[in-house]
Amino acid sequence: MGRRTPLHDLHVALGARMVDFGGWDMPVHYGSQIEEHHAVRRGAGLFDVSHMCVVDLLGEGVRAFLRRLLANDVARLKMPGKALYSCMLNERGGVIDDLIVYFRAEDAFRLVVNAGTRDKDLAWIRGQARAAGARLEVLERSDLAMIAVQGPKARELLAAQLPMAERAATLALEPFFARDVARDPGGAAALAGVGADAGVADATRQDGWYVARTGYTGEDGFEVILPAGQAAGLWRALNAAGAASCGLGARDTLRLEAGMNLYGNDMDESRHPLESGLAWTVAFDPPERDFVGRAPLDAARAAGAGAKLVGLLLEDRGVLRGHQRVVVPGVGEGEVTSGTFSPTLERSIGFARVPRATGGEVQVDIRGKLLRARVVKLPFVRQGRILVDL
Amino acid sequence: MSNVPADLRYTASHEWVRSLPDGTVEIGITDHAQHALGDLVFVDVPEAGRQVKAGEACAVVESVKAASDVYTPVAGTVTGGNAELASSPELINQDPYGKGWMVRLTPADPAAIGALLDAAAYQATLAASGG
Repeated sequence: MGRRTPLHDLHVALGARMVDFGGWDMPVHYGSQIEEHHAVRRGAGLFDVSHMCVVDLLGEGVRAFLRRLLANDVARLKMPGKALYSCMLNERGGVIDDLIVYFRAEDAFRLVVNAGTRDKDLAWIRGQARAAGARLEVLERSDLAMIAVQGPKARELLAAQLPMAERAATLALEPFFARDVARDPGGAAALAGVGADAGVADATRQDGWYVARTGYTGEDGFEVILPAGQAAGLWRALNAAGAASCGLGARDTLRLEAGMNLYGNDMDESRHPLESGLAWTVAFDPPERDFVGRAPLDAARAAGAGAKLVGLLLEDRGVLRGHQRVVVPGVGEGEVTSGTFSPTLERSIGFARVPRATGGEVQVDIRGKLLRARVVKLPFVRQGRILVDL
Repeated sequence: MSNVPADLRYTASHEWVRSLPDGTVEIGITDHAQHALGDLVFVDVPEAGRQVKAGEACAVVESVKAASDVYTPVAGTVTGGNAELASSPELINQDPYGKGWMVRLTPADPAAIGALLDAAAYQATLAASGG
């Protein structure tokens, strides 16, 4: 039996097909993966992402520590609530994990890291903190659940679940911003009181919700971090309001259409971000910032060689899947890193790692046949709109 | 609980076989199989004239999630594949024993069909595997 999220019993009651995902029992779909996918593109869908790990970093030296730990630069986080997507690299420039870091207060940053990497991530973060002599607390928040509400109708559905006084400010959140939401007026007072007397570090342990305008679908929406005991109630209320329960299957087709990488498929410790379509997440400026993995990345950038990650649209009939061989005539070979059937395009799409000199046309070896695929600019779909020529 | 029609024969790998009046057989995948695979998005069926051995992978079904081989329950010569599945693979999800048929073939040995699982025996394999 795998690990279970606080929503496990509800998934089973809702008829989910449960599968093992990185050691967790997770819903892959509740009947039809394709219908769940469309629900997110057209209305609103719910995802249990409680298997992901919330880590609070608390203490005075947190920002300086994160500027060393992460390839993106948390100096970019100037307003409380701002979030940043970043890779965490090893000394060779390989990707240990990709994560989102939220700036809550100068002494309280929050990371959300992947489920399958949580143990090695925590060990790495703690080891780096010790090595740097950083005075901070690394707090794994197993007491919290996380629900993603995604789709064009998602924000209004979630806002309706909040106390009246919290709705306007929550709906006004810009993309990649988050805020603490008090669950009741008494709670708000308690939260403010603790914050004033004992610092934000203690306030983060109160029972509020943390609502972020982030996601992994290419649609608008929120991710809500909340106490585990309140997760099932929120899920049921959003179901009743019209948001569809969605499994990991739809999550994968949605993120592929949105051009978003999946750790373990599209990048891992053997590849650096420049070979994984993640150069945009590495802050090379200022040049004096010495983040872990910087030297090999600087060298790779100067050399300009290596592989690149591209989007593929299959022209022939078939389905792209991870590890299929890619043939680039006159250039070399590569490999599909993720592939699927896109419900929105009704065509097969994928990502492939190919030689840097690859042009617009490649072939993919599917069961011994070389099928034609076109290299396309990512994403395939954004906010319901198809962005590639079919 | 999956549907297992009494008039068909089955394999433990979840194919079904229907004997047609002209001596050919029709082959598809069971309701249990289509449910386990989920939404089907691609089907590849063999060309007419192909000789197939019993247990040979003769067709491919792909769901959003993964690709699976379909094995020929009996040896024979393919007389045709279901061309409608190219544009409508979901027919297998909607009607696995009817419009979702996949391959027709002339069996090399008609007696081989009788050696396949009957509905009760197939049901028993499903029950044994928790399905």
